[in-house]
Amino acid sequence: MFSFILRRLGLLIPTFFGITLLTFSLIRLIPGDPIEVMVGERSLDPQMHAAALHRLGLDKPLYLQYIDYVVNLAHGHLGDSLITRVDVWTEFTTLFPATLELAICAMIFAVVLGLLAGIVAAIKRGSLFDHGVMGLSLTGFSMPIFWWGLILIMFFSVRLGWTPVAGRIDLAFDIPPRTGFMLIDTWLASSRDPSLSGAFVDALKHLILPTIVLGTIPLAVIARMTRSSMLEVLREDYVRTARAKGLSPSRVIFIHALRNALIPVLTVIGLQVGVLMGGAVLTETIFSWPGIGKWLIDAIQRRDYPVVQNGILLVATLVILVNFVVDILYGVANPRIRHAK
Amino acid sequence: MSLLEISNLSVQFGSEARPFNAVEGLDLSVDQGEVVGIVGESGSGKSVTMMAMMGLLEGQGRIVADQLRFDGKDLLKISARDRRKIIGKDISMIFQDPMTALNPSYTVGYQIMEVLKEHQGLRGAALKQRALELMEMVEIPAAAQRLSSYPHQLSGGMSQRVAIAMAIACKPKLLIADEPTTALDVTIQAQIMELLVSLQKSQNMALILITHDLAVVAEVAQRLAVMYAGQVAELGAVPDIFRRPFHPYTEALLSSIPEHSKGARRLNTLPGIVPGHYDRPVGCLLSPRCPYVQERCRLERPALTVDGASGVRCHFPLSAKEVK
Ligand SMILES: Nc1ncnc2c1ncn2[C@@H]1O[C@H](COP(=O)(O)OP(=O)(O)OP(=O)(O)O)[C@@H](O)[C@H]1O
Ligand SMILES: [Mg+2]
Repeated sequence: MFSFILRRLGLLIPTFFGITLLTFSLIRLIPGDPIEVMVGERSLDPQMHAAALHRLGLDKPLYLQYIDYVVNLAHGHLGDSLITRVDVWTEFTTLFPATLELAICAMIFAVVLGLLAGIVAAIKRGSLFDHGVMGLSLTGFSMPIFWWGLILIMFFSVRLGWTPVAGRIDLAFDIPPRTGFMLIDTWLASSRDPSLSGAFVDALKHLILPTIVLGTIPLAVIARMTRSSMLEVLREDYVRTARAKGLSPSRVIFIHALRNALIPVLTVIGLQVGVLMGGAVLTETIFSWPGIGKWLIDAIQRRDYPVVQNGILLVATLVILVNFVVDILYGVANPRIRHAK
Repeated sequence: MSLLEISNLSVQFGSEARPFNAVEGLDLSVDQGEVVGIVGESGSGKSVTMMAMMGLLEGQGRIVADQLRFDGKDLLKISARDRRKIIGKDISMIFQDPMTALNPSYTVGYQIMEVLKEHQGLRGAALKQRALELMEMVEIPAAAQRLSSYPHQLSGGMSQRVAIAMAIACKPKLLIADEPTTALDVTIQAQIMELLVSLQKSQNMALILITHDLAVVAEVAQRLAVMYAGQVAELGAVPDIFRRPFHPYTEALLSSIPEHSKGARRLNTLPGIVPGHYDRPVGCLLSPRCPYVQERCRLERPALTVDGASGVRCHFPLSAKEVK
């Protein structure tokens, strides 16, 4: 187990180099530079342009810029945003809770519903419910996030007026940021200030549609995986043994079958973290959600090199870490792996 | 009264539109403390019969029977919940492949203790103590350490011992062993058989032993049921059947054991195969393969004619003079 962890850690170093190289070159492949974008339509004096680039160190040869970048990284310097002058780490940490809150909600939504639907579909194999789940999950899996988000907004927000269209909270509420998680902050605020008592519900309403939009693809994937894994496990001899012991059906399903069926599902759930991060970019854009996704999109539009490079690096690190943790959990859940050398 | 009394059991699989009978009109009884062997070719319905009784075919097969009486209760008439109080406690079963029969995610101890908790409500130290006792009863070395082993750390023979420990945990009145040694090494087979027989004696439980090994039946069983294509072909006391089989199929089976085939005048095995699910003959199920087949056999299906403790399903049972 220990050597397994070491081996996995060893793989991380080349992965990190790959990511830095990729983000560094991709953002520079987009035509235009930060100065041009900042100045916009107004004509730009070539001399001033060159001076500005020089100030930012962007006039050096690319390989030198890359070396500078990596050396800075190695010292733990993520750099400042070219636009706001705030350092990338600070921006990231202030915006990240919004993304995390959305991602957690979407994950809970996807895991809870996905597991339930998958289990029931497997138990009631061939039933109307089973066919329904399979059909819907195929649809959900192939749903373009942008289109799906707009449909939901049109119907629930515009037509029915049940949910707000954008943002995390109504502007009427002035919520002091304490944890960065709107649900927790509104909860804390309303317990102190009775005039904010509606804030929690309002924050919840703002979360519903983005959660559904972001969670749909993981939900579909998890439901399908749970179903097929469950079907496979239900045919196993040890499930028959469990039933031959006279155990209740729920014990057979949840203790004996599910425990084993979850092992492959766990990996799939881990992989969904990456999907979720990608989906968050689109979802945050649709719902004007002030998180990392929207931040990165804005940064790309402004050619804010340090933000794009290091923002993506931070997100990638996070995804890798989560997958790493999932791999370890996988070992914990599966005695055969835990005992392997 | 018998401990187990199965009358006219049929198990049907397949769609409603195209059903087939894996078991048809099966009668079998087992007395307290008795060892009954069941033999028959692959697919003859031995396992399905036992699974139907255990309620393990739920959602798969349609089961009908005049009665499926165990210990005074008709298992088909009681609720699933009440049946589960009997299954795993008074009737328990061990299966062919011990390597897949245990749950890979739980320790051996957990899986044994689970039965004790469920049926006897044991908890705490008493629970652990009893599990240990069971591990020792099935002769697992270093039993205390083995309790925390996972199934993949055990050999096939050890796993089968664990499965046996689980099965006898609540002192069952009836143990069903479905080819308990088939998947094991030859050297281990004898040890497991020996263990089963000694437990059967010491616990005074009835044992239904499904096997392909007639030599084992001759050694340990008091009675034998020979199954063919979902029916009982012949039924009787072991010495009687071995000395004088009445059914041509039994005769063929017996002559396929090496020591019996010595000096046998006829083929040791029947030509042909068991009829498929959907092309069962109208007459006797053995008629296409039977060396003694007559016109009546092809037209009319024989019933099981019972004479005391023995029975045969044949229009023209082999008479004493035919077998030397
Ligand atoms: N769940 C099921 N669904 C459909 N058909 C089944 C099912 N279980 C068993 N059968 C069929 O019922 C017949 C009897 O099977 P069974 O397992 O009882 O045979 P068996 O006598 O135990 O054979 P073996 O010696 O190979 O174990 C087989 O033809 C099998 O295909
Ligand atoms: Mg079988």
